[in-house]
Amino acid sequence: MSDVTQTVITTGRAWCLGPNVDTDALAPGHAMSKGIEVIARHCLEDVRPEFSTRVQAGDCLVAGAGFGIGSSREQAASVLVTLGVRAVIAPSFSGLYFRNAFNVGLLLVTCPRATDVADGDALTVAIDPRDGVTVASAQLGPLEVSPIPDFLLRRVLLGGLLNELKELKLKEKHV
Amino acid sequence: MMKPVQPDRAPQTLAQKLIARAAGRDFVTHGEIVNCQVDLAMFHDSSGPRRLKPMLEELGAPIWDKSRVVLVMDHYVPAQDEDSKRIVRIARDWAREQDLPHVYDSQGICHVVLPQNGHIVPGRFCVGGDSHSPTGGAFGAYMFGIGSTEMLGVVVTGEIWVQVPQTIRMIWDGVLQKGVCAKDMMLAMTQRFGMNGGGYQAIEYAGSTVKALSMPERMTLSNMSAELGAQVGLVAPDEVTRQWLGQLDQPVNLDPTDIHHWQTDEGAETQDHHFDGAALSPMVAAPHSPANTRAVSEFAAQSIQVAYVGACTGAKHADMRAAASVLSGQRVAQGVNLLVAPASLRDLALAKADGTHQILKDAGAQFLPSACGACAGYGNTIKGDVNVISTTARNFKGRMGDPQSQVFLASPYTVGASALRGRVTDPRTILNTP
Repeated sequence: MSDVTQTVITTGRAWCLGPNVDTDALAPGHAMSKGIEVIARHCLEDVRPEFSTRVQAGDCLVAGAGFGIGSSREQAASVLVTLGVRAVIAPSFSGLYFRNAFNVGLLLVTCPRATDVADGDALTVAIDPRDGVTVASAQLGPLEVSPIPDFLLRRVLLGGLLNELKELKLKEKHV
Repeated sequence: MMKPVQPDRAPQTLAQKLIARAAGRDFVTHGEIVNCQVDLAMFHDSSGPRRLKPMLEELGAPIWDKSRVVLVMDHYVPAQDEDSKRIVRIARDWAREQDLPHVYDSQGICHVVLPQNGHIVPGRFCVGGDSHSPTGGAFGAYMFGIGSTEMLGVVVTGEIWVQVPQTIRMIWDGVLQKGVCAKDMMLAMTQRFGMNGGGYQAIEYAGSTVKALSMPERMTLSNMSAELGAQVGLVAPDEVTRQWLGQLDQPVNLDPTDIHHWQTDEGAETQDHHFDGAALSPMVAAPHSPANTRAVSEFAAQSIQVAYVGACTGAKHADMRAAASVLSGQRVAQGVNLLVAPASLRDLALAKADGTHQILKDAGAQFLPSACGACAGYGNTIKGDVNVISTTARNFKGRMGDPQSQVFLASPYTVGASALRGRVTDPRTILNTP
């Protein structure tokens, strides 16, 4: 990430969830024929009914293992972007969800101690040119996280794969 | 002294060979990230045109190779409401505009329609805009699910990155009991490893039990690799694969070399788990997780009101036959609604030809369109506070359309037996009664 100076992604409130939060809880099937703004209103309605109305831009989700299991529907990641969530921190993610999240500009951070974070804690998430992604909790201090490949961090900083493809297209025009 | 192993001669897993070919390499190493050329990209009415069209227009980019794209309308057909109609109309209009050569509209569910039309053959590298895309692995193809934006990347560039996975081998030996099938094997694995136990690695199903399975049964294993959190679920191709592909309406004739190369080499690095197929009993997953599984005997008092034979996972011709073998000459219990949504029109035709369809109708089954239906909870949903026993793959809360409903996952044998008795029933108790 030599072309990036330290970027604080967010300092925001932690919303804690349990393990195995599935895609159907994030983007319920009954709303899937609608646009992303409508699906977002139903995000986590069966898990934390207050979430979609109370969440604020810059907040983070902190979940147990297996976050995002289930469907390939990337709306399950896009709804969080729509609601202003900047990052999800969990001990493990569904591999398919992991790809989808970075493709729509949502940062996922694998963190073994995620379940120690208390609901409402303040989390600072940053991307550093030397250290890659870092997470610090106001209550627990810096948290150990798994490294993320540079090309995925760059993708998130660009806001997702669509923007990356646009950039690629522009470069082709110049050549 | 041992000879040093040349990297390009080192034993490889089937997954490594499939990725190496697609990456234009002789050899790939576990953990490395490589770019692969995509042989086939499949998407459906929900993940496809309605998402891809606006993004392609925004980019001003064409489809890289239309001959490698397959569009299947299965999620929102038949359209139930205005939103569904709009989504299906977008798909149809776009398919026409783009003059796509491979479009299957209301023919059945993508993961079943694809192989039935010869699109999935050993050695190919494929992506699908749906999480049950690992179904293609049953044919020895590397196939996995991706989201719509990632599909956009594939449709524009023809390429996708993968991190070369470890191979977890699920080795099953022994002869399955009558009334026990691939779905029970799968539920036993989700019970043991959990829904993310596959860790996005490659699973390979092997052993004498797997070798003895028909292609539709192997497809059930590969399909539910998604429920193990694997990227792919592979079965090495063999004579069963060759014969199945050779009997299609438009047969795919495999060369023996197509089979010989696509095997995991002796001595390749794998993580192996062993299972006793002969000791396996029918399994049932209780609400609200496919991993919440126990043996059928532990659910003996559980009443059910709806029995659902449907989805890519559990409504192929072989699945309907399994349900019919239990229900033959009988009627479902009073108060039970037996719903059958054949996985494809081909499966429905096969069921009609061999009498399976009639047996199920005589038992009181109501036939639904060959589409995703209630499984995804998108269209035809199951409403109310009811207990459902289903051949589908997922029972997340609200999955079939109503958070009140309790969905139990089981094999088509167990679903048939449970429909007959009105409570969760071990199909062996019916099949073994003379």
